[in-house]
Amino acid sequence: MQRQVALIKQSLFDQGYLDEQFVELEELQDDANPNFVEEVATLYFKDSARLISNIEQALERGSFDFNRLDNYMHQFKGSSTSIGASKVKTECTMFREYCRVGNAEVFSLFRTCDECRCLRTFKQLKKEHATLRKKLEQYFQASK
Amino acid sequence: MEKGFSPVGLRVLVVDDDPTWLKILEKMLKKCSYEVTTCGLAREALRLLRERKDGFDIVISDVNMPDMDGFKLLEHVGLELDLPVIMMSVDGETSRVMKGVQHGACDYLLKPIRMKELKIIWQHVLRKKLQEVRDIEGCCYDVGADWFTQAQFLGGGEDVSFGKKRKDFDFEKKLFQDESDQSSSSKKARVVWSYELHQKFVNAVNQIGCDHKAGPKKILDLMNIPWLTRENVASHLQKYRLYLSRLEKGKEIKCYSGGVKNMDSPPKDAEINSGHQSPGKSSSYAFLKATETDPKQLAPASVSDPTSGVHMPPKAKKTRIGYDPPISSGVFDSLLPWNDVPDPLESKPPILYENSFLQQQPLPSQSSYVANSAPSLMQEEMKPSYVNEDEFLMPQDKNSTVILQDMDLSAPFSSNATSNTDSIPGSLNWELPEAHHSGSLDTDLDFTWLHGEHFFANSGLQNFQFQDYTSSTSLLSEPPPHLWYGNDRLPDPDEYTLMVDQGLFIS
Repeated sequence: MQRQVALIKQSLFDQGYLDEQFVELEELQDDANPNFVEEVATLYFKDSARLISNIEQALERGSFDFNRLDNYMHQFKGSSTSIGASKVKTECTMFREYCRVGNAEVFSLFRTCDECRCLRTFKQLKKEHATLRKKLEQYFQASK
Repeated sequence: MEKGFSPVGLRVLVVDDDPTWLKILEKMLKKCSYEVTTCGLAREALRLLRERKDGFDIVISDVNMPDMDGFKLLEHVGLELDLPVIMMSVDGETSRVMKGVQHGACDYLLKPIRMKELKIIWQHVLRKKLQEVRDIEGCCYDVGADWFTQAQFLGGGEDVSFGKKRKDFDFEKKLFQDESDQSSSSKKARVVWSYELHQKFVNAVNQIGCDHKAGPKKILDLMNIPWLTRENVASHLQKYRLYLSRLEKGKEIKCYSGGVKNMDSPPKDAEINSGHQSPGKSSSYAFLKATETDPKQLAPASVSDPTSGVHMPPKAKKTRIGYDPPISSGVFDSLLPWNDVPDPLESKPPILYENSFLQQQPLPSQSSYVANSAPSLMQEEMKPSYVNEDEFLMPQDKNSTVILQDMDLSAPFSSNATSNTDSIPGSLNWELPEAHHSGSLDTDLDFTWLHGEHFFANSGLQNFQFQDYTSSTSLLSEPPPHLWYGNDRLPDPDEYTLMVDQGLFIS
C-alpha cells in the first residue's frame, strides 16, 4: 500500500500535475492537523468546481466577456497555486493570455479565433482538473 | 533586561477570498507562532480591524477580492489604523506591485507564498514601530540631536548610556514645549484619532489651505474640539505630513520605474510642489514633480469618496515642509491607537531571536540610515522651517522606552555573528556618516533587502552604496534590477520596496 502511495505521488509529480507547493503543504501537515493536505485538496476542488461552473455560464452566454472570464481565471489560477496544481495553472495562464489578446482584438474574425482558443483551453483545463482530482483521490485513499 | 519585541504571538489578520489559501495561510502563520485571524471578505476585515482597534499587529491581504479592492482596504488600514499591510497576489505584474507600493503596502508577496516569507513579516511591524518613534523624535534632529539619533543606533545594548541620552532628550523636549505640562511624564490621556476626528482635522487643514500657515493652533481653533490640545494637534499634524510625504514618495517611485517618461510631465504636479520649496532645491526634487497619474488617482479617490475614510485632499499633498527626514514605511501615522495602549510589545515575552531572524535583521542599520539621512531636498531647507513650526509633541516616554529598547537588540545581533550579522555593525557605522550626505530621494526609497544570507553579500551592500550617491539619477538606474531579484529576498518593508518572488517580474 505504501508503495502504491509513493507511486501515485511520484507519477503526479513526474507528469507535472503537481509542483513543489504540494510538498510545502505536506510539510505543513503535523499532529495538530494530520489530514491537512487532504482537507486543503478537498477545499480546493470544492471551490474550483464553483469557479468552473461560473466560467461555463459565462461562456454559454453567447458573447464573450473577456474581462469577466479573465477575472474568473485569475481566481482559478490563484486557487490552483494553493495546492500546486501545476498543469491546471498552466491552462489558466494560457486562457488568460487568450483573453488578453482577444480583448484587444479589433477584427471580429480574429476575435472569434481567440474565443475558440479560449474554449479549447478551457476544455483542456477541465480535463486536467478532473484528472488531478481523480489521482489525488486515489492518493489519499491509498494513504489511509 | 527590558522587554523587547518578539515575533511570537504576532497578531496577524489574513484577508483572502480564496478559502483554500486562507486555510493554508492560517496554518503557515500558526506554524510561525503567530496569532492568526482569518477573514474571507474585505469589508468584514475592516470591520474587525475597527472593532479591535489595537487587536492586530499586521494585515496580510489579497489584492483581488470580490467585495472590495485590496488596495482600497490597504488605504483604509494604513490611514485609519496605521498597521503594516502586506499584499498578496498570484499576479506579479509590475503595475500591480507598484500600485501596492503607492497605496502603502509594506510588502507584496507572490503566490504561492513560502514559509520563509511569512517568517519574517514581524520585521515589518518592528520597523514600523521604530520609524514611528524616530519620526517623532526627529524633530529634535534639527536642534543638533544628531548625536542622539546616532547614539541611538550605535549604542544598541548600552542601556546606561541610553538612559542618559534619553534624559537629555527629555530635556530637549522641554525646550520645545510651550505648555508646562510635560509629556515626558505622560500621564495625560492620549488622544485616539478616530475617523471622525481625523476628518475634522483634515477639514481644518484644508480650510487653512497652504500648509505653511497651517499651524497646530490654527487647526485647533478650526476644529473646535474643547478637549483637544494644541499638542495633540501638533503631533497629529506631524504625522499627517509624514503620511502625505510618503504618498508623494510613492509617486516618486512610479516616476523611477517609469523612467524619463514620468519626468516629462511636471505641469500637473507643479502645483503640488510649488510654494513650499525654496527655489534652490536640488535637481533631484524635479523627480518628485513627475508623478503624473498618481496624484490624480489618489486625489479623486480620496476626495470623491468621503466615506471611504481615505482623506487626503489634493491640496494637502503640497505638504512637504516640516516633516521628518525618515519617511519610510507606513502610511498615515495615526499611531495614537498604538500609543494608547501600553505597548503590546512590552507584554510579550522576551525576545525570541533565532538565528534566522537575526540574520535578516538590518533594522538598526536601516533605521539609522533612514533617520539620519534626510532627503536632500528636505534637509537644509526644511530644518529651519521645521524648527520654526509650532512645537511638536515629543514621543511618549513609554514608546521611546520600548523602541529604544529594541535598539538594544542590535548589540545581540552583532554578537551572534554569522557572516551576515558581521556586516551589520559594519553597515551601522557605514550608515552614520551617510547621515550627512544629501541622501537624495532614494534614502526614503531604501532599497535594502532584508534577507539574511543574501542581504549583505549581494545587493544589500550594493544598495547601501546607492545611498552614497548624491545624484539621484544614478539611483534611478540602479534600483529596478535589484528590485526584481526575486528569490529569497525580502526588501525593506518600506512601502516602496517590493518583492517579486521567483523573479516573476512581468512587465
